[in-house]
Amino acid sequence: MRLLYFASVRQKLGWGEETLALPGDVTTVGALAAFLAARGPSYAAVFTDLRPLRAAVNQTHARFEDPVGDGDEVAFFPPVTGG
Amino acid sequence: MDILIRIQTEPFDAAAVLERFAAGAVVSFIGRVRAEPGLQALRLEHYPGMTEAEIERAVAEAGQRWPLTGAAILHRVGELKPGEPIVLVAAAAEHRHEAFAACEFLIDHLKTKAPFWKEERLVSGSHWVDAKASDDDAAARWG
Repeated sequence: MRLLYFASVRQKLGWGEETLALPGDVTTVGALAAFLAARGPSYAAVFTDLRPLRAAVNQTHARFEDPVGDGDEVAFFPPVTGG
Repeated sequence: MDILIRIQTEPFDAAAVLERFAAGAVVSFIGRVRAEPGLQALRLEHYPGMTEAEIERAVAEAGQRWPLTGAAILHRVGELKPGEPIVLVAAAAEHRHEAFAACEFLIDHLKTKAPFWKEERLVSGSHWVDAKASDDDAAARWG
């Protein structure tokens, strides 16, 4: 799985992209966030409280209950502020 | 429908973009970096690929709602100074009501769905701009 991070999420983690072998029991965006939260202090800071976090699966906005698979591109970011 | 979507660092030529639409009604919106006390620059980051896809979805939806003959969205990224243009949105139709409504729909959609993020560079340091609830409310009007 390809993981992408943008804006303040990227800044808190220290990098914008990584690849992950998705564990078999992680089947939703929310479960992926919970899995990432356990990886260390910087991940916990981003992925513990999901309220300020948004996600996209394969470049489409996704909800935390939406499914994910190992071949997906998943992005995490704060609410958008363009325009 | 004649569609122009561009994400770019360089400034855009708004007059040249509007001239491509020969429709009876062309409505455009230009958003600029507001000159606020202490603001040195705005830095815009985006999600390449998804940005274009999300804007294409917005234009397609606008085309379903109104009989548009053209639409243009040009959005800049990178570092922008106060007063510089950030975004140009234009909608072309045979009559003004459709063009006004579609232009407003497109900018509301852009502000709440297109993956761009603004970082303010102030004299005192940098910080990410928070999303506004009023933008969500504006987008929610369209159902």
